[in-house]
Amino acid sequence: MAFKSSAWSRLVLWAAFALLLIVAPLMFTKGAALSLLCQMGTVMIFGLSYNMLLGQSGMLSFGHAVYSGLGAFIAIHAMNLTAAGTLHVPVTLIPLVGGFAGMFFGILFGYVTTKKSGTTFAMITLGLVELVAACSLMFPGFFGGEGGISTDRVIGNAFLGITYGPQVQVYYLIAFWLFVSTVGMYVFTQTPLGRIANAVRDNPERVEFVGYDTQWVRYMTLILSAFFAGISGGLSAINFEIVTAENVGAIRSGLVLLYTFIGGIGYFIGPMIGAVIGVFLTVILSDFTKAWQFYLGVFFIFIVMYVPGGVASILMMQLRLLKFGKFARVWKRLGMLCVFSLIALTGVVAMVEMMYHRALDSDNGPVMKLLFWDVDTQATMPWGIAIVLLIIGAAGARMVKPGFQRVWGDVSIEIEDAMRRADA
Amino acid sequence: MSSLSLELQQVRKSFGRAEIIRGATLQVTKGERVAIIGPNGAGKSTLFNLISGRFGLSSGDVLLNGNSIRGLKPFEINRRGLSRSFQITNIFHRLSVFENLRCAVLWSLGYKYSFWHRLNKLKDANEKAEQILEQIGLKSRRDVNAGLLTYAEQRALEIGITIAGGADVILLDEPTAGMSRSESDAAVELIRKVTVGKTLLMVEHDMSVVFGLADKIAVLVYGEIIACDTPQNIRGNQKVQEAYLGNHAPMEASA
Repeated sequence: MAFKSSAWSRLVLWAAFALLLIVAPLMFTKGAALSLLCQMGTVMIFGLSYNMLLGQSGMLSFGHAVYSGLGAFIAIHAMNLTAAGTLHVPVTLIPLVGGFAGMFFGILFGYVTTKKSGTTFAMITLGLVELVAACSLMFPGFFGGEGGISTDRVIGNAFLGITYGPQVQVYYLIAFWLFVSTVGMYVFTQTPLGRIANAVRDNPERVEFVGYDTQWVRYMTLILSAFFAGISGGLSAINFEIVTAENVGAIRSGLVLLYTFIGGIGYFIGPMIGAVIGVFLTVILSDFTKAWQFYLGVFFIFIVMYVPGGVASILMMQLRLLKFGKFARVWKRLGMLCVFSLIALTGVVAMVEMMYHRALDSDNGPVMKLLFWDVDTQATMPWGIAIVLLIIGAAGARMVKPGFQRVWGDVSIEIEDAMRRADA
Repeated sequence: MSSLSLELQQVRKSFGRAEIIRGATLQVTKGERVAIIGPNGAGKSTLFNLISGRFGLSSGDVLLNGNSIRGLKPFEINRRGLSRSFQITNIFHRLSVFENLRCAVLWSLGYKYSFWHRLNKLKDANEKAEQILEQIGLKSRRDVNAGLLTYAEQRALEIGITIAGGADVILLDEPTAGMSRSESDAAVELIRKVTVGKTLLMVEHDMSVVFGLADKIAVLVYGEIIACDTPQNIRGNQKVQEAYLGNHAPMEASA
């Protein structure tokens, strides 16, 4: 039976996900890589919770960091109180404290924000995030002022030798909560409320005429989403051992929107891909270049304009080709298109880097290091090479594109025919 | 218990200074099929919007099964057993046909805002949705996104969503608008089939559909119901003929 086989393949996917989480730190053993994995894990939970609003219920929120951030603050206070002996919450369960805190603020703020939908909702959330950010400066006792609140995660008695001192133990804590949260949020998509949330996204008016109060649907979805956001906040409190006003701010809220959209809001897995790309762009790329924010912005605009389904949609399309055995017909042209695009991209990146050097770093002389070469940003030659690369790449891509589009169209039609035949 | 399913008492509705519905009064008995006809701009769709709670009344009252539903929200009216369709197709475009119908049955089966049930394990909801799917003849399109259906199929789905919740008063707003003759014949058959034992109120322009389906015809002119009677009597009614001829809108094809 088709249903059974899909249930099986889903089980296999979950097992593979769990296995990946278990072996990941064995493959990336360096300390820096491990802390990167930890960040990706927390951002994945945050992104998935954000997509419960944006992708699944059609609620564009500019203030989701309020829930993760306040969850993080409550979590870090709980840790400090535990260290002082007034509370007794093992670190393993601190994320849950963050989750319930997020949920509490979801109940509180969501009641106001979800009264409206669409643009009005978006604007109220923007107001809310500014309000909370302003509060963070007004109540230094709770928010810790500019320095934030710091903690020591090695508290309480070690349980089975787990102290959460070593980063790898924190990683497995994050991995555990990531797995649990992902399962929880996936299951949500398969419940009556989850499905009605989709219906509210598609057509809120009609939902009212099949017996549902759309405001309640938005409110309850937001509360659940805030719960998972709070878990992610609690984990980041443990991971960084510090929570500052940044955690509740508009920038954090904007970033999760960026990441989630880049990953793809139409797919459950999209925010997870987005978290990997986002952390990569903000953490790794910022080590290499000052222009990382520029690249992140351009990449986001590119995705919004040309791939509104996000990176996940590109991957899914390739998977579909593989599934129907058509990849062989496409890959040559696709590869050529990629190669030419890469050449053009190299030219652009070289120019951006040289421009940044001239603008920000010219005190150290006109010479900068680009990959393996020392490049004189004042000379004509490097600029000439960059422009030539751009022209070659752009012209090549332009030449290859029609052929690729033709083959792609043919293949798509064949696949749709095949699917229709399978249906009939 | 009243034997009236739906009763309009001196219903009035103004938008600004323009009074669109001017004291409409109508009584619909349980199990009756009533068609509302009238020239363009008479306020037929507005009347539906008032009954279903999309707009609020300016004055007057609407009774559903003997109880006032004045001032209630659309979802509250729906929960009391009144369901409506729309003139402009109003479905969940990005959900499959089956999911559209499943969404429409969930409330009536008591699942409310549950996030602790698994949809695929809800035997009653799935069976009900499958049964409606069969009734509206879209079984072969079960897993297609509703936005990709043909126009006639979307209209059938529209009716399916309307009846899925098991409401006993059904309002259909121009169910056959824009259909070809054969499509609209099929739609009439469908409506007849799915509204057995229910009270039906519908707005319709196509006179063959009206005369084929309705037990009674209510004529709405300038926001007032000037007559409500059997099709035969309506055809011979002097006031109705005057209203139609006076407005240069002859009763098309009084077949």
